[in-house]
Amino acid sequence: MDYFNTLVVILDSTIRLSIPLLLACLAGLYSERAGIFDIGLEGKMLAGAFAGAAAAAVSGSAWIGLSAALLVSTFLALVHGFASITHRGNQIVSGVAINFIAAGSTIILGQAWFSQGGRTPSLGADARFTAITLPGAEALRDVPIVGYLYYELVSGHSALVYFAFAMVAFTWWVLFRTRFGLRLRAVGENPAAVDTAGVSVAWLRYRAVICTGILCGFAGTYLALAQNAGFVKDMTAGKGFIALAALIFAKWRPVPAMFACLLFGFLDALSIRMQGTPLPLVGRVPAQFFQALPYVLTVVLLAGFIGRAIPPRAGGVPYVKER
Amino acid sequence: MSAPYAKLPAWADYGLIPLINLIVAFAVAGLVVLLVGENPFRAAVILVDGAFGRGQNIAYTLFYATSFIFTGLAVAVAFHGGLFNIGGEGQAYVGGLGVALVCLAFDGILPWWVNFPLAILGAAAIGALWALVPAYLQARRGSHIVITTIMFNFIAASLMVYLLVDVLKPVGSMSPQTRTFLEGGQLPKLNFLLEAVGFSVRSSPFNLSFLLALVCAFLVWLLIWRTRLGYEIRTQGFSPRAARYAGIGEARIIIITMMISGALAGMMALNPVMGDQNRLQLDFVTGAGFVGIAVALMGRSHPAGIVPAAILFGMLYQGGAELAFEMPSISRDMIVIIQGLVILFAGALEHMFRPSIQALFASISPGTTGLGSPKREGV
Repeated sequence: MDYFNTLVVILDSTIRLSIPLLLACLAGLYSERAGIFDIGLEGKMLAGAFAGAAAAAVSGSAWIGLSAALLVSTFLALVHGFASITHRGNQIVSGVAINFIAAGSTIILGQAWFSQGGRTPSLGADARFTAITLPGAEALRDVPIVGYLYYELVSGHSALVYFAFAMVAFTWWVLFRTRFGLRLRAVGENPAAVDTAGVSVAWLRYRAVICTGILCGFAGTYLALAQNAGFVKDMTAGKGFIALAALIFAKWRPVPAMFACLLFGFLDALSIRMQGTPLPLVGRVPAQFFQALPYVLTVVLLAGFIGRAIPPRAGGVPYVKER
Repeated sequence: MSAPYAKLPAWADYGLIPLINLIVAFAVAGLVVLLVGENPFRAAVILVDGAFGRGQNIAYTLFYATSFIFTGLAVAVAFHGGLFNIGGEGQAYVGGLGVALVCLAFDGILPWWVNFPLAILGAAAIGALWALVPAYLQARRGSHIVITTIMFNFIAASLMVYLLVDVLKPVGSMSPQTRTFLEGGQLPKLNFLLEAVGFSVRSSPFNLSFLLALVCAFLVWLLIWRTRLGYEIRTQGFSPRAARYAGIGEARIIIITMMISGALAGMMALNPVMGDQNRLQLDFVTGAGFVGIAVALMGRSHPAGIVPAAILFGMLYQGGAELAFEMPSISRDMIVIIQGLVILFAGALEHMFRPSIQALFASISPGTTGLGSPKREGV
């Protein structure tokens, strides 16, 4: 029972830790499927987290915080779109730029507005997305295993957690069952064909980066308003890049993306749990090993040793209309 | 890919447009200062004074610039080969390991002028090795170098934390760093150079690796524009298809280019580790690897542009520290914003003003742009 409890605790924190990855990963999915590489997920998430926390701190409302996060994150996504779609700039360069602008400005503005060393004021319950208890969770709590799992794992998360999992199904539906999704995927593979069919490549790609911005805003909101009670400087701490790794790991598909994010979240939860505890047979494993594992796994995958990750064919290439 | 832009005169291409991009980047940074509630012009004055006001400040500016020359060159060499090495940060970080291992092994036995070349080799070798894996994966397995180098940055960070905390830390010490190097592991300072020109420098970390950086800049110029290998690298970068057609081994060029790039990034570690702190400590790179991207973009991947761009960023680093002192609401992180804006406007949006400048040129003198010139159409 003791091991079971430990496992449940680890799985519970796996869910919490993988949600920002999942939202950012789905965000990247829209953009990259439309042929716009986005390594600025990290920056958009960070800016969203800051905007969300700042607006929630000032207004006292979590929803206003969420709206601010979505606005700021979408604005940065549009900057990325403006550079890489309209001006055909290098998408990697633009993504790097957005990461820096977000990293610097969140600290500067946070310090200037709140003077707490780059933090935002701690948020009360109304200004956060707190845990909600699902119906029947309390009643089923004492039912062994199933009821306990329902109470501990399924219930008791913030609304954004359920939203993130719903977005997996929704993204799958949008990409593979709607006309917009078909065109989105087509524009990432062969924009000339989409253009020939009379559909605007630029507008389609802009809509894709807007989706990216919105989802990154949600990811940032989750970090600042659900997982924590406010913004801490550099709070994304590379999560945007792990999300990118998960996206590649999932070969740019929504449902595998969910599993990849859960896997990476699990590794994170494990590394927190394992700190200082020796494992049987191998002894004490340094926490850095678990921290590096998502990146190592992604590199191994990219090397083509466990399946092959082939990005959308037109990814990273600006579209020049025939003249 | 067809170039959608017509030609401009060289001075506009290499002077005017980068200048306009830079001005816009700084103007937007000024808006941020305004948003914070300070006067951007006063901030600029404090910044420039803090960077060049006294000999002491100049020495610090050049110390920071040294690191940026190395990382800027690293990014630039990769750019010439059509590769984006975003992993300079990680390569520099593990490069520090090469410096530290040499210094820890020989600092008590050999003088610094023997250890210096060894440390250069150590830093360059480990930096190059760290770039080798992403390069190999790009060349042979087709994995995207940008993603793999990002991953290697994180792997480097984890590896170095592990090494510093569990392996290299002296017994009984609490802080995660190596022991301080003895005399043989310390580079001489170059403060006398500034004093010779009439400035007074009390103490500064400005050291010999600055000269090494300048030598490297010259060597990179020699390599890229005056050797057969450089020609092959540029061909590969300009048109991989043409390179293949000309019989240039694609995989070979990718691997060699990235290893040179990694070696340059690794050598950046000499400046802080052997020149200043005299020990290997956590996060000594402090973003210099990423600044290299901005420096390379601003310097247009040419050593003659990279050195001034690196000095500009050194100025921002040093002046920014003074600025944080004078205006408490502006911390050093202002540099990160400026860096981002420079990357955005000089890199991603470099063509933003081109159409309007072309139109301007065409309206002033139709012959210069090759656009709207009736005489040429007849030829």
